[in-house]
Amino acid sequence: MWTEFRKEHAWQIKEFFFTLKLLGRNPSAVAGFVIIFIMVWMALFAAFLSPYDPIHISLQERLRSPSSAHLFGTDELGRDILSRIMYGARISLRIGVLVILIAGGCGSIIGAISGYLGQRIDNLIMRVMDVILSFPPLVLAMALAAALGPSLNNAILAVAFVMIPKFARMVRGEALAVKEKQFIAAARASGAKSLWIILHHILPNCFSSVIILATLILGETILIAASLSFIGLGTQPPTPEWGAMVSVGRKFLMDQWWYATFPGLFILMTVIGFNIFGDALRDILDPRIRR
Amino acid sequence: MTTPVIEAIDLVKYFPIYGGFIGRKVEYLKAVDSVSLTIHQGETLGLVGESGCGKTTVGYLILNLLKLDRGNILFKGVDVNTLRGHELQKIRKNLQVVFQDPQSSLDPRMLIKKTVGYPLEVNGIAKGAEVVTRVKTILSEVGLDEDHMYRYPHEFSGGQRQRIGIARALITGPEFIVFDEPTSALDVSVQAQILNLITELQRRHGYSYLFISHDLSVIKHASHRIAVMYLGKIVETAPKAALFKHPLHPYTRALLTSVPKPDPGKRHSLEVLSGDVPSPVNVPSGCRFHPRCPEMTEVCRQDEPVTVEVETAHWVACHHPSTNHPERSNR
Amino acid sequence: MDEPLLQMKNLSVRFFTYQGVVRALENVDLTIRRGEIMGLVGETGCGKSVLARSILRLIADPPGKIMGGEVFFKGEDILKVSRKRLREIRGNDISMIFQEPMSSLNPVFTVGNQMLEVVILHQKVNSLQAKDICIQMLQQVKMPDPEQILSKYPHELSGGMRQRVMIAMELSCRPDLLIADEPTTALDVTVQGQVLTILDDLVRRLGVSVLFISHDLGVIAQLCDRVSVMYAGKIVERAPVWDLFAAPKHPYTHGLLQAIPSVDEERDPLMVIAGTVPGLIQPPGGCRFHPRCYRRFEPCDHVVPHFREVEKNHFVACHLYGDE
Repeated sequence: MWTEFRKEHAWQIKEFFFTLKLLGRNPSAVAGFVIIFIMVWMALFAAFLSPYDPIHISLQERLRSPSSAHLFGTDELGRDILSRIMYGARISLRIGVLVILIAGGCGSIIGAISGYLGQRIDNLIMRVMDVILSFPPLVLAMALAAALGPSLNNAILAVAFVMIPKFARMVRGEALAVKEKQFIAAARASGAKSLWIILHHILPNCFSSVIILATLILGETILIAASLSFIGLGTQPPTPEWGAMVSVGRKFLMDQWWYATFPGLFILMTVIGFNIFGDALRDILDPRIRR
Repeated sequence: MTTPVIEAIDLVKYFPIYGGFIGRKVEYLKAVDSVSLTIHQGETLGLVGESGCGKTTVGYLILNLLKLDRGNILFKGVDVNTLRGHELQKIRKNLQVVFQDPQSSLDPRMLIKKTVGYPLEVNGIAKGAEVVTRVKTILSEVGLDEDHMYRYPHEFSGGQRQRIGIARALITGPEFIVFDEPTSALDVSVQAQILNLITELQRRHGYSYLFISHDLSVIKHASHRIAVMYLGKIVETAPKAALFKHPLHPYTRALLTSVPKPDPGKRHSLEVLSGDVPSPVNVPSGCRFHPRCPEMTEVCRQDEPVTVEVETAHWVACHHPSTNHPERSNR
Repeated sequence: MDEPLLQMKNLSVRFFTYQGVVRALENVDLTIRRGEIMGLVGETGCGKSVLARSILRLIADPPGKIMGGEVFFKGEDILKVSRKRLREIRGNDISMIFQEPMSSLNPVFTVGNQMLEVVILHQKVNSLQAKDICIQMLQQVKMPDPEQILSKYPHELSGGMRQRVMIAMELSCRPDLLIADEPTTALDVTVQGQVLTILDDLVRRLGVSVLFISHDLGVIAQLCDRVSVMYAGKIVERAPVWDLFAAPKHPYTHGLLQAIPSVDEERDPLMVIAGTVPGLIQPPGGCRFHPRCYRRFEPCDHVVPHFREVEKNHFVACHLYGDE
């Protein structure tokens, strides 16, 4: 089993390690990766790393400034902000990954179908995508989340919906290019049906672009999700979500600066981390630079 | 006279060109304008012409990759257009194609095993382990190793990629294969290997080929009969020897004379035609070749010549086909 | 007049890539005399384009690097001259035309614009005189209605016309040497005939030497005076064109000539050179052709053959003609 897998995928394995090597040489990639790594680590091991229970209320400790006991201070209910941030990482990353999977999956298929089949279907699908794209993403996400009801899962669906056209557009563009290649004509001549061609020829050839787009969008996703929570449409209290924390922390910004600042900082760093990693990845995967 | 494998009758394909603000159909690109040809079992028909003459389009039409505007294509006597769905599927696996560009003729993300094997799967001929066996067989028949199954296209040279393309075309056991410029992108030494392979396979299995190329020497080597195309029309069809010994159409003669021969002892002027190949959008009136033809007269400007069988199996569409041209000597 | 126009000695070029070091050219010698057309023939990957570009120092560094050797042009070593002098030489003394004229011509400027730019850059004339020169050159390459052509954009012209414009442009400054890298490969055969005839005629009249690069032996036979055959980064044979085609000495040249399908004779099956062109990261030891050579013997796999004159003006790098 394993040897068969290794045989078939020998080149992909080699390419994967080669990509890792190139990434290792690229400062942006390394920096971005470090940041992402920290966030993921926090998210995975929040239970072990966090000094306190994130929802444990302790009114005597309310609004303490950062100290050795509470590295990032406490909120208005005495909950440790650092712990809440750690658990918040879990939520933000979960939102990010799920949105990317849903939007990437749906968007890619829609884009591939649109690009390959062309003409009327393409027109129809792209006009629908245009309509979605014409709304400012946050506004649309808000409207959807409000309609579906405020909850984490609904926030995920709303943001995913907003991101679908981006993937669709990009994959459609790639599909248009791949469509003209001779191996597609050969496949048609061999009797392959359109669906088969889309699944086995078009989509695999768009894969690396989708990955890059995903890393770049991940940052934006987290931001939108945070904004949704900021206005109360995403996660509900007492779930420690970064955006929600910033929202509540606004009230205390003047005197208790740490409340909104630290979650905000983490949002910022995560988005930057994914963005610079994504940029570096795009450069590295560009076939011209690779050689 | 057995039924020919392929019979194309008066094929017409115009591509509309849109222009203007609203995108109305402004003109037509007359890619293929009433083309007829016949291919018999076990023979290779060479289709030669310069860029824009429509030869690739003819290939696509016969393979049903493009829709015909007018005309009929018969596969062993059966009109392909009258078939639908399941029946069409059965015919499809009998008509295969090998393309020109070793770069884009293979999916860079697909394992060779899958690339060569999928025609069996999508046509429901075989599955799983049997596919693997057949892939191995066909790969060795085209001169590659079993191990090559587990590699990707970029790991192979141009010539090897062409062999893979040929393997894919042959795995379903087709009767008829279209070769669209299969050696144009290859080096001379590799080209020779591939041409030998193609002819050997035909000898062994009795395949019928449509061999499309712009290279006259390659066409001569690979074909039994040859059809010359110019601007969407076939101007001359003849058995190989006849075409090269006494070409009847002025265009064919010009083509033959323009080919630079690798013999510095036989130097002659290569400039035989003036002007450029006109665009298939604005085709000249009457005989399409008349603006460049050294034999042109008034009738050529007005009337389109009819295709006539001037000698046995030697057809030409010309008002002044000449049987003895001083420049052409038999060697 | 006996001194050669261009004398390349021992040129070596390497490319440093992630995969390894590509030894693209290894100790290459080349001489071009005044007024002659020297053909350079070889298959893909043999290094002929690299050679052409090295003459004008057009090799991108990184990843390429000229490792050693000299290229004497009218007494000067081009590889060592200053950038300023190099700019003077390029376009003025040595010109180059490429295979795909669409990439050499800027699609957003008219033909006239680009031609004028070249003329004014290299010759001290005002724009009116430059325009006259351009029209004259276009007439020389037999362009119908030259004035009209000047106002057209590259995409409005056919491939053959574009190539003729390129020829006109590159010859407008009366260079001593024209490097033509596969100029007719992308053209239809009848158009190729026109362009080659025009090129041949023009360079003879102007006394321009040409380094004509091609993989098409037919074109080489019809156009060139002397021919150099390249294989895997080395020149393996050089001879006057009649000698090369009538009596090729190197097994590779012989194999190439046999492998071409001929319009005149029946060759069935075509003689094949076994194997494929080697990669140049780890080229074969000794004679680079030895793995594919049907006449190889003892020294071929570890001793590099010298490039020596075996008959008058006929040079080969092959142990078959070594000192026995």
